[in-house]
Amino acid sequence: MSLEVLAVDDSRTMRDMLNLALSSAGFTAHLAEDGVHGLEVLEDIEPDVIITDINMPRMDGFGFIDAVRAESKWSRIPILVLTTESADELKTKARAAGATGWIVKPFDPAKLVKALQMVAG
Amino acid sequence: MSDPMAEIRASFFIECEELLESLQDGLQLMDDGDTDPETINIVFRAVHSIKGGAGAFGLDDLVRFAHRFETAMDEVRAGRFHPDGEAIRLFFACADILGDLVRAARDDEQVDDAVTGPVLEKLDKLVGLEEEEEEVLDFTPATLSLDFGDGGGLPDLPDLPDLSALPAADPSEDTLPSLELPADMPAPVAEAAMESTAKGFTVHFKPENALYASGNEPLYLFRALRDLGDISVTCHCGDLPDLDQLDPDTGHLSWNLTVHTEEAEQAVREVFEFVDGLCVLEIKPLTGGGAMVAPAPAPALVVEQAVEIAAPEAAPLAAPQKPQVSTEAAPAPTPKPAPVAKLPVGSDDDTIDAAPKDEKTAPSVPAKATGTPTQPRATVRVDLERIDRLVNLVGELVINQAMLSQSVTEAGLPPNSPVSTGLEEFLQLTRDIQESVMMIRAQPIKSLFQRMGRIVRESSASVGKEVRLYTDGENTEVDKTVIERLADPLTHMIRNAVDHGLESTEKRLESGKSREGHVTLTAQHRSGRIVIEVSDDGAGINRERVKQKAIEKELIPADAQLSDSDIDNLLFLPGFSTAAEISNLSGRGVGMDVVKSSIQALGGRISITSHEGKGTTFSISLPLTLAVLDGMVVRVADETLVVPLNAILETLTLTDDDLKALGPETHVVQIRGGFVPLLDLGAELGYRKPQDSYVGGIVLLIGQEDGNRAALAVDAIEDQRQVVIKGLEGSYGRVPGIAAATILGDGQIALILDPTDLVGQASGRTRVRQPQQALVG
Repeated sequence: MSLEVLAVDDSRTMRDMLNLALSSAGFTAHLAEDGVHGLEVLEDIEPDVIITDINMPRMDGFGFIDAVRAESKWSRIPILVLTTESADELKTKARAAGATGWIVKPFDPAKLVKALQMVAG
Repeated sequence: MSDPMAEIRASFFIECEELLESLQDGLQLMDDGDTDPETINIVFRAVHSIKGGAGAFGLDDLVRFAHRFETAMDEVRAGRFHPDGEAIRLFFACADILGDLVRAARDDEQVDDAVTGPVLEKLDKLVGLEEEEEEVLDFTPATLSLDFGDGGGLPDLPDLPDLSALPAADPSEDTLPSLELPADMPAPVAEAAMESTAKGFTVHFKPENALYASGNEPLYLFRALRDLGDISVTCHCGDLPDLDQLDPDTGHLSWNLTVHTEEAEQAVREVFEFVDGLCVLEIKPLTGGGAMVAPAPAPALVVEQAVEIAAPEAAPLAAPQKPQVSTEAAPAPTPKPAPVAKLPVGSDDDTIDAAPKDEKTAPSVPAKATGTPTQPRATVRVDLERIDRLVNLVGELVINQAMLSQSVTEAGLPPNSPVSTGLEEFLQLTRDIQESVMMIRAQPIKSLFQRMGRIVRESSASVGKEVRLYTDGENTEVDKTVIERLADPLTHMIRNAVDHGLESTEKRLESGKSREGHVTLTAQHRSGRIVIEVSDDGAGINRERVKQKAIEKELIPADAQLSDSDIDNLLFLPGFSTAAEISNLSGRGVGMDVVKSSIQALGGRISITSHEGKGTTFSISLPLTLAVLDGMVVRVADETLVVPLNAILETLTLTDDDLKALGPETHVVQIRGGFVPLLDLGAELGYRKPQDSYVGGIVLLIGQEDGNRAALAVDAIEDQRQVVIKGLEGSYGRVPGIAAATILGDGQIALILDPTDLVGQASGRTRVRQPQQALVG
């Protein structure tokens, strides 16, 4: 099943990789540089799932998730958080912020796709 | 580059340079007393992002170092550690090493542990962290493989199956060939895993409300579970309250699932990873009699049954008696929260078509055709070769335009004719295009300035001075090649400023100056050129000593009358060094003479001003681009030549008194007390035989990079103008004495001289002895 994915990360390398992994899996990738940009992109597209980094300038991942969840039309979009550490603390925080799940960087494309399918069908 | 990963890798290293730049910027701000959390965050983020990318490419050394640095910065970020000046200096050192590691990784080189080790140790000690070797080493870089087959990737070990939940292992049990277990998995676990995977698992799953709120969707979990093997699903809706008591935001359903799989329990747990803690989850290996649900149906049946889980309205509780029913799911939009309301109430533990709630309010068939994917900021990476081709073509355009102008003038068209005015506009456009194209090659000089920060830190530490570098005009844009080729000369000048320019701390304090010496590096555009200045607030040039030294080294006669500026310029003479003891810094064989020749090679000039007690300033002036050159157009033996303007000190007409013959074909010109060899440009280039007399002739006084001079005899000076440089080497190889060629406005091709090479060739051949190797007048 082809998914439309919004990937938010301030690192260009990470965006490139996500783009490559997503498009190789036949998904449509929309990319954004930070939370503010992510919200702008959301105004134009309606992704099946969102992937977001946490530490970003302007608006970090937590702020972004808050903002997405606060908007009723977006509140049910599954959100996966990209984290470098598999630290439980961060997962707890991400979940408290409203994240659906997480992907540990560096990610394995196959696992990324699996995780996406797990939250978005 | 056809390999996308190679391309991303290359792009990663470019991004690293940008990150290193913001890292330096952030540290500089911190050093200046900025305690804004965002500043610290910028520093943290830069290190963090480098680590993230490095992990993806398996650059372990880089990851390891970045991780420790990041941990330290995290302490600062969290307010647990307040860095003082010393700490920030250490952070700077870390940033420098991080840069080294990045470049080493890029170039497939190694950085010695002896470099990183001590700094890391200091870092850990400073922020009060224990070394955390093991954790760092556990950072598993996942090699990106783009095989999306089944699973792929590395085996994941973090959550090994719960041993207590597994039946006793039987070591004699046959291993399953399809099962891939990590070689280093503890044997009992491995065996237990094999044992348990042979059959499958039963899963009891009861979501809590928070599960739905997090955007998780049981339906998708079940689908993911189905990827492991055939499943059967039983929904329990006995907890459903009466309709009037139903809270749509509360979940009331639970499920029992059976999955027939050869995968380990770990795989099943992974499916539920995101909802762990948001539900009641019990996973038990499927055993012969103890299953929570009925034993697995025959495979054929399973295929039929274990398909998509239906949406509730698609299967309205058709057969309550049937233990397990699954129907094909319609891809139709699934209902909004609390579909439970549609389910029958009171049929305790009835197995129904378990369609979990679809939490999405958005239609589940989203608009796919919303155009092209959104991309961040519109930047394009372009091969430098393509830009250079464009630069070249624009050069041609400039030449073409000049030729056209000349034809129009020659045709005698009045200046107000449409052709003339049209051409005027064309001229303006051409200039604009040329400028814009040059801007493509330009980049801020910032990266170079930041490298100088490191030079100041390292060189001041090695001579035991306290030095602060101030920079200004970092965003001045300079041609990329110029930036690259400025690195060496600038490095030397900065070292010089720290080593020779600034006094020792004691001396500074004695003369009432600040303890900390200041070196200032600035860049700006000034009248069509880039001006870069390196200044210090040191003692200024000790002219008496410089002169003495020059006399000792027989660079000037003992009785030479020199102005202050002349003495200052002695520093550019080859082999000149004023430091009483050559320090290990600036005495490394490179002198200001080499700096000067590198600057000249870029078409630039360097000058020096110094004030006693106040400091010295070196000023470099560079052309905006290497593609055009300011030249003097001269004629020799009916040939037109271009001499780079920056090589010409002055032009003069020779009188009888100026000329001295040293031999039949060897002349020198006497200029203000000094003798300069005379070279007939026409003869040197083989256009004609040397003249008998040069009296009344025009010579160009050429200042050479080694401080020597020569007089070039030409027939006439025609013009002074900017010319577009056209390389010759591609077609003709290197031509001695010739740097390049250009096309003049009238279409004529003119060679551009390389005066230094030409004079060097001539003096090598004729062995003209330089009467006096000094820079005089």
